[in-house]
Amino acid sequence: MSMLALEDVHTHYGKIEALHGVSVEVNRGEIVSLIGANGAGKTTLLMTVCGSPQATSGRVILEGRDITREPTASIMRSGIAIVPEGRRIFSGLTVEENLHMGGFFNTKAEIRKSQAYVYELFPRLKEREHQRAGTMSGGEQQMLAIGRALMSKPSMIILDEPSLGLAPLVIKQIFEIIGQLRDEGMTVFLVEQNAHQALGLADRGYVLETGRIRLHDTGANLLANPDVQNAYLGG
Amino acid sequence: MATQNLRHALFCAVVTLVISYPILGLNLEAWGTNVVLTGANTTTVISVLLAAVAVFLFQLFRDRIMGTLGKLPPISPFANREPMPQAKWERLKSAFLTLLIIAGLIWPFVASRGAVDLSTLVLIYIMLALGLNVVVGLAGLLDLGYVAFYAVGAYTFALLSQYFGVSFWLALPIGALLAATFGFLLGFPVLRLRGDYLAIVTLGFGEIIRILLNNWTQLTGGPNGIGGIPDPTLFGMEFGRRVREEGNTSFHETFGIAYSSEHKVIFLYLIALVLAVITALVIRRLMRMPVGRAWEALREDEIAARSLGLSRTAVKLSAFTIGAFFAGFAGTVFASKQGFISPESFVFLESAIILAIVVLGGMGSQIGVILAAIAVTILPELAREFSEYRMLIFGAAMVLMMVWRPQGLMPMRRTHIELKKQE
Repeated sequence: MSMLALEDVHTHYGKIEALHGVSVEVNRGEIVSLIGANGAGKTTLLMTVCGSPQATSGRVILEGRDITREPTASIMRSGIAIVPEGRRIFSGLTVEENLHMGGFFNTKAEIRKSQAYVYELFPRLKEREHQRAGTMSGGEQQMLAIGRALMSKPSMIILDEPSLGLAPLVIKQIFEIIGQLRDEGMTVFLVEQNAHQALGLADRGYVLETGRIRLHDTGANLLANPDVQNAYLGG
Repeated sequence: MATQNLRHALFCAVVTLVISYPILGLNLEAWGTNVVLTGANTTTVISVLLAAVAVFLFQLFRDRIMGTLGKLPPISPFANREPMPQAKWERLKSAFLTLLIIAGLIWPFVASRGAVDLSTLVLIYIMLALGLNVVVGLAGLLDLGYVAFYAVGAYTFALLSQYFGVSFWLALPIGALLAATFGFLLGFPVLRLRGDYLAIVTLGFGEIIRILLNNWTQLTGGPNGIGGIPDPTLFGMEFGRRVREEGNTSFHETFGIAYSSEHKVIFLYLIALVLAVITALVIRRLMRMPVGRAWEALREDEIAARSLGLSRTAVKLSAFTIGAFFAGFAGTVFASKQGFISPESFVFLESAIILAIVVLGGMGSQIGVILAAIAVTILPELAREFSEYRMLIFGAAMVLMMVWRPQGLMPMRRTHIELKKQE
């Protein structure tokens, strides 16, 4: 049942250890949220899953396959897609070209199909199909980043701070889409500072603090947990 | 309105100068056995200047002049027009390119020998710039040592012909492939580098190749260079007065025409033209293929490109290798055209000029790069009269260009925003 599992993962930047033995499990078809303060190691954890930097010890397992030592390029082609922090769309390319980059390793027919699916999910992108991606608003760029990740037809999608720098209304819209993806059978691993929204949506949640998992529970329980409320939800 | 008129008038005057001076002013004269390009005499210069002034004044006051005549077309032809539809632009572009190629084919038969020779050089620079455009313009890897691959191509042909008597046609693919191999090998160590650091390492590589050629005297002849590089043959027909190699025939005897040294120049030009067209077409195709988009994606955002499963190594290496391949092509033609090469021809300034062509033309845009290659190669020749000031003029032109059109002559087109119609 486990889609992605990290087992006692340690990650170093040079001599500095950023993750001190982290274990996380994401089951098929659920939304798992990882919350934590700045510098807790959230992004490091995601980067370790992607193999850049690789874990110094411990194992990363994707659908039963050990990917700890695999190169980034081959991990990213094996049914997992990431929406990187800060969107990172190709601003000089058009919306359509951005989407095609997402389906780089698929056939043309598959690309057409997933493109239609993405446009259905985000009608705004269809309107801006031939526009340079960099000229769009932040929210539209985030939609594009998610759409681009979906183009490779992944079975699991990782989102790194999708609410970063967006207006509350747009955040709500994005989270609705994430919920919709789960309902369609997608596995979602959500990394957020916006703890309230992330935990509200999640089936389960992890709290990461200075490179260690502090708490692990269902999303609703974490929301109700007084420690979490004090630290992340502003009391 | 007044400033618009003034700018328009100035532009028209400059165009008049640029067009009429070379046509009316430059002469080829026979000096003994040599043909020399001479500048215009005073009357011609004065009349050309007068013509430019007349054009300037007319354009400046055209509103008033045309007004009295009763007709007043809008000054900017684009003022009241719909933006051009994408398909039409594409058609126009391919028509323009076809026309350019046809003009290129007719050119050597109407132009003078010196002009054809210069055009061959222009074509070599076009090949080089198109190749570097892949590395710098598309993949965004700043390569300051591009001339090294050009040198590899040229020296491959020179050495192969000197030691093994290899002909141009065999050396052409070998030179290009060897240059590509060098590009591939250089690619590995520099993969991790970005921006400034990459520029410095490639600059160093360019210098290493040049210094190696300069000092490896036993093999390359060092600063003395290598001479006697054979001309290309046409199906075994040579273009010299006498046949150099056993078994070959000479071009003029086969066709029963009088010997003329121009045949060789024209033939070299045509080879360069065909190779330049091939280069342009191949790269144009590559740009539209997934690999082209991968180059651009890597240039735009490396992390995002990697997150989509692209291998940084493969994408960068392919750009480097393909860029180097075409430099090797150009190098072989250059060696054949000059008949003599030495490390002098492959100094850093060459890299800088090729890079300047790519930047001036508009990074990533093929037509822009071709136009810029023509301008950058021909302008210093035209300005030869100002002798020591010509580099100054060249520099000033570059600075002005950067101020007015920092995106290059014809920046790569991608946006197709359709403007909303007004009511």
